[in-house]
Amino acid sequence: MTSLQELMGSAFLPVWTLVKILVIVVPLILCVAYLTLAERKVIGYMQLRIGPNRVGPLGLFQPFADTLKLLVKEIIIPAGSSRFLFVLAPVLSIAPALVAWAVIPFSPGLVLANVNAGLLFIMAITSMGVYGVIIAGWASNSKYAFLGSLRSAAQIVSYEIAMGFALVGVLMAAGSLNLVDIVNGQKGGILYWYWLPLLPMFIVYFIAAVAETNRAPFDVAEGESEIVAGFHVEYSGMAFAVFFLAEYANMILVSTLAVIMFLGGWAAPFNVVPFTYLPPLFWLVSKVACVLFMFLWLRATFPRYRYDQIMRLGWKVFIPVTLVWLVVIGAIMQTRFGYLVH
Amino acid sequence: MTFETGVFYFFSTVLLLSATAVITIRNPVQSALFLVLSFFTASGIWMMLEAEFLAITLVLVYVGAVMVLFLFVVMMLDINLARLREGFWSYLPLGGLIALLLVVEMILVLGSRNFGLDHFSQPVAHGPGYSNTAELGMQLYTTYVYPFELAAVILLVAIVAAITLTMRRRRGTKYQNPGQQIHVDRSTRLRIVKMDVEKSPPVTEAKG
Amino acid sequence: MKRFKSFVNSWFLIEMLKGLAVTGRYLFARKITVQFPEERTPLSPRFRGLHALRRYPNGEERCIACKLCEAVCPAMAITIESEQRSDGSRRTTRYDIDLSKCIFCGFCEESCPVDSIVETNIFDYHGEKHSDLYYTKPMLLAIGDKYEAQIALDRTKDAPYR
Repeated sequence: MTSLQELMGSAFLPVWTLVKILVIVVPLILCVAYLTLAERKVIGYMQLRIGPNRVGPLGLFQPFADTLKLLVKEIIIPAGSSRFLFVLAPVLSIAPALVAWAVIPFSPGLVLANVNAGLLFIMAITSMGVYGVIIAGWASNSKYAFLGSLRSAAQIVSYEIAMGFALVGVLMAAGSLNLVDIVNGQKGGILYWYWLPLLPMFIVYFIAAVAETNRAPFDVAEGESEIVAGFHVEYSGMAFAVFFLAEYANMILVSTLAVIMFLGGWAAPFNVVPFTYLPPLFWLVSKVACVLFMFLWLRATFPRYRYDQIMRLGWKVFIPVTLVWLVVIGAIMQTRFGYLVH
Repeated sequence: MTFETGVFYFFSTVLLLSATAVITIRNPVQSALFLVLSFFTASGIWMMLEAEFLAITLVLVYVGAVMVLFLFVVMMLDINLARLREGFWSYLPLGGLIALLLVVEMILVLGSRNFGLDHFSQPVAHGPGYSNTAELGMQLYTTYVYPFELAAVILLVAIVAAITLTMRRRRGTKYQNPGQQIHVDRSTRLRIVKMDVEKSPPVTEAKG
Repeated sequence: MKRFKSFVNSWFLIEMLKGLAVTGRYLFARKITVQFPEERTPLSPRFRGLHALRRYPNGEERCIACKLCEAVCPAMAITIESEQRSDGSRRTTRYDIDLSKCIFCGFCEESCPVDSIVETNIFDYHGEKHSDLYYTKPMLLAIGDKYEAQIALDRTKDAPYR
């Protein structure tokens, strides 16, 4: 390592950071690819089917076949569209989904940038994701795309408030915006994780996360039975694939955040021998997989919400619930039962 | 030139260019998007000043929420540009004069005489463990707690006022109350009535 | 009390959890997928698939060019031209079915007085061009020759109900 550092001189730091970024992004993209397969398999199994099983053993190469197909398809740019913004929109939707991983800690010491305001950073970056959707809808110059983007913008902005309040609860319990400190605050096994004292917030965060990523049953932005495919109706080929990638990368991101904030991050569920032998990264990944499974399970179970009901749920149920629980948490922290929260 | 200076010049160039584009470009949606870009680069410059809380809040509040709603409105506007540009030349002398006056005033007030570098001490460089957010919170909730709470109350009043001003019960619209809808069960929709037969069935007589 | 019960139901997401339980149960249920090219579901002898023209056991084609099928076809998918053969019998010179028009109603088979045009139980044929789905007389006869055993079997199975 040191000899490599001498060899490259001042170029070492940027190159080394680039390598670290690649080490995060490449497995992430692979995870996205296999999440699409997992989704088709899980939903298939819940519908008494077996899902894709033709490409490779058990259909394991299906994501690569899909990618290849999308790569060779033509990207059609509609004549009446705003060309530059039309091409920019998919980039704007994937970029925040990847940028936010910079501050995610994977195990103790394994984080690209351990910044103090990590939680704020994540909230700011994820709030940028809506621009991809809005610009896609506007630049397509199509009424279905426009309707989809309007729905999605209103929905994401509404649920972001509830989500933000849920994260404020975590911030109060942990007393820090630093994600590593938040995980360290949950040491001591499953009963010390924040999901228990912040149970209503955990549920609100999870449902808001489903809404935020435009997943079923809150997928009115796509709403294929009402507005064809919503904001990405005019996109084809790789441009469409990038939207898809962004959606699934966002799903993985919000699941990882749920694990870090509420489910103890990389901590083992029980502080006894067979559990603590396993590496921290294993616990993080398996918890994220469980949360992602919940996403797929929800999609296989529930029909799509009506749009006015989505708005009602966000504004009239989630925001009051989180506000009330914030007051409750604050009150408990001031009494001598404060240790219950910390 | 160090790396930081290069980044600063990059951000400031993009900021100035996009800010100019906001007021010169014709299409309102594109100009709103340029405003987003200038917020973003401004937040980058703040980040370089080690004001990470302010920088991130700028992105979170202005880029993530305010501009989204702004775009929302602007996208649905139907603006007639020709009518907007009508009378541009007749208003130009007066408008130009006022703009010039404002610039002169700003130079007089904000110029180097009052806000020059020699009026401020060199800021202290903080270590990596320094939390801008905690420092800011400490200031806001101790020294400036009354102004801060006052601002919060004013904002709350503004929210309540905005909601009461826009809320009107329109007649004739058919609202559905989801709370009522989910409380529905069989007994409210279906009533099974047991009743006697009103007329005795006709007796068929065998002929012949 | 009822009010309270529905309050608990909605705030503790009871009905949502019930729904999740159903799909969760089905996750482990036996799968009913039929692996199509390797496995096939049984077909009724009355199944109406790809068309075929049949011959008599002595090799003579059955069709006598009565054009009843052409007349009855609701999609006008059948085109027939006929001529007198050298031995004096009337035969078709052209018997075309445009399968991209055909709606597989089976009227041609019902109308045929000599059981010549039939619909087989083949459904997994394909064409790579639009014109590949335009079947001519030799093609239809070839299908009939190839699947005669299956066609005859289906006809005998269905015979008691006709």
